[in-house]
Amino acid sequence: MTYNLETAAHPEKLRRVAIDPVSRVEGHGKVTILLDDQNKVHQVRLHIVEFRGFEKFIQGRPYWEVPVMVQRLCGICPVSHHLAASKAMDVIVGARKLTPTAEKLRRLMHYGQMLQSHALHFFHLCSPDLLFGFDSDVTKRNIVGVAAAHPETAKRGVLLRKFGQEVIRHTAGKRVHGTGSVPGGVNKALTVAERDELLKDIYPIIAWSRDAVHLIQKVHIQDPGLYNSFGIFRSNFMSIVGHNGDLDFYHGSLRARDDNGKLIFDGVDYQDYDRYIEEEVKPWSYMKFPFLRSIGKENGWYKVGPLARVQNCDQIPTPFAEHERKEFVDYAGGTPMHAPLAYHWTRMIEMLHAAEAIKELLHDDDLLGADLVVQGERRTDGVGVIEAPRGTLFHHYRVDENDVVTMANLIVSTTNNNQAMNEAVRHVARRYLHGREVTEGLLNHIEVAIRAFDPCLSCATHALGKMPLEVELVDAEGALVHRLSRS
Amino acid sequence: MDAPGKKKLKVATTSLAGCFGCHMSFLDIDERLFTLLDYIEFDRSPLTDIKEVSPDCDLGIIEGGLCNAENVHVLREFRKNCKVLVAIGACAVNGGLPAQRNHLPLSTILEEVYHTSPGLANGLIPNDPELPLPLNKVHPIHEVVKIDYFLPGCPPSGDAIWKFLTDLLAGREPELGHGLMHYD
Repeated sequence: MTYNLETAAHPEKLRRVAIDPVSRVEGHGKVTILLDDQNKVHQVRLHIVEFRGFEKFIQGRPYWEVPVMVQRLCGICPVSHHLAASKAMDVIVGARKLTPTAEKLRRLMHYGQMLQSHALHFFHLCSPDLLFGFDSDVTKRNIVGVAAAHPETAKRGVLLRKFGQEVIRHTAGKRVHGTGSVPGGVNKALTVAERDELLKDIYPIIAWSRDAVHLIQKVHIQDPGLYNSFGIFRSNFMSIVGHNGDLDFYHGSLRARDDNGKLIFDGVDYQDYDRYIEEEVKPWSYMKFPFLRSIGKENGWYKVGPLARVQNCDQIPTPFAEHERKEFVDYAGGTPMHAPLAYHWTRMIEMLHAAEAIKELLHDDDLLGADLVVQGERRTDGVGVIEAPRGTLFHHYRVDENDVVTMANLIVSTTNNNQAMNEAVRHVARRYLHGREVTEGLLNHIEVAIRAFDPCLSCATHALGKMPLEVELVDAEGALVHRLSRS
Repeated sequence: MDAPGKKKLKVATTSLAGCFGCHMSFLDIDERLFTLLDYIEFDRSPLTDIKEVSPDCDLGIIEGGLCNAENVHVLREFRKNCKVLVAIGACAVNGGLPAQRNHLPLSTILEEVYHTSPGLANGLIPNDPELPLPLNKVHPIHEVVKIDYFLPGCPPSGDAIWKFLTDLLAGREPELGHGLMHYD
């Protein structure tokens, strides 16, 4: 499954080219490429160059602070972290089933986020590559260039994102880093005025989302030689799927398939995620490399996000998006599509689904209810998983009897795609750079491959400070006699 | 603001040890972005593919604090090349949430994450020369270079950023005032 360009045999003899920073993505990353005298590529790596330490410093904090703190991992998808942490804390406070009002308000918030994040990624960040070409004029290859050449497209992108942000503001209190979700439920219902304000705009939002699917579909099928092969690698894929195999961003069980689409596991309760997923550390990146335990690190890595989700589910439970899913599956010809650029197409199908789901929720009077929070029997260990815009997001916490967090483990969406992104850039480097004079336009090809995954490198830089595995031997007075830690 | 002049102001932006939320809030000016583009052009920014800040920038906007050596380098480049430098958001202004790691020794954290955490196939602290050295503590940016304006909030709202920029473009001393000035 892999192109072996991870580590050069003799790096000291090679010339280094760096893309630093990777731009039009969220967060901090760089790519290094090692070339010989004939410009042959010997090594390509996507490095995550920063870390911050969230998992460590939330230890010692009261559990109810966590949903508000951890969303500061990421300003693009704060709602994902806000909700994944809330879902883990639901388990801690014994809220086995939320009230209909609370669950639907959280869903509305999350689907609002899916809409704004997908719109941002497609229109603000990636559309310049797709509309102008990968090696087009660097000074125009941005949203300003799109606004000049395709003003209506740029305007719709801005307004789609705005609508999603407004859904978030009305459900979470703020567009970025809100406070709406709490352990066991939410702290505010929607008012009639807020609902009506959102309903007023929903129909053009759905129409523009459909147009966006058709725009990328057209771009894709007009150039199959490029779009079906650029950066391609085969891999397993994973996501949560909802009831009856529905596409569901908010809740479900884990399902993984191999590169031929055959099930590896299905219906897995995500409370047991650590029995299925393991992580490897490599010396050249702060981001870890997860893989499926049952297959092992060599071939057990996988991809997550829109391309995985749309092909992992059995159907999408809204009509327009389901129609587009079938079109996509037909185009792929009955086998899984692995081309990274197909992420864009599936991302827009998901944006359409989010818009339709928002419409359905806005017509549900449960959103206006007054029953917001439930509690039950306290537990000490809770896992919350959600499908964030970029893929499956795991939050795992332990909380002691004093309400204090003692352990936190996060596997963020972009980390799940770590090996996949590295494979894609290696494929592109070999195909486009090998033996050629390196130009800005060629280097942008590498970034195009990374952007397809919509990496959130800020999210990915959290990686720090999990609970050490320790055994302590104490005497009858409680004094420490001996301590062992795994290292 | 006056009608757009011939010369657009050159604006560079970057996110250091931040979450990108301040850049998102910048985009929360929504369709006013298109008005703004009559007055400014973007230089180095996560929104463009310009990788180095140009020597004649009028305005530099910095999100995030300093958590590694590379952050310090980028910040100094911005200061050198921008006439006016703005710290935007809690992390740039005072270190923000990432500075909560400051009471913990870095070596302990690295050890804990990369050697002893559960679910790890191998124990290893990343140490490649390509990875910038982490700082012992996270610092606000004014501790390293002179900052001309501070825009607080986590993040400051789109409206606050709009008010700040339009004041500056109109040649007024920026003033957020009641309702736009907040710290959450």
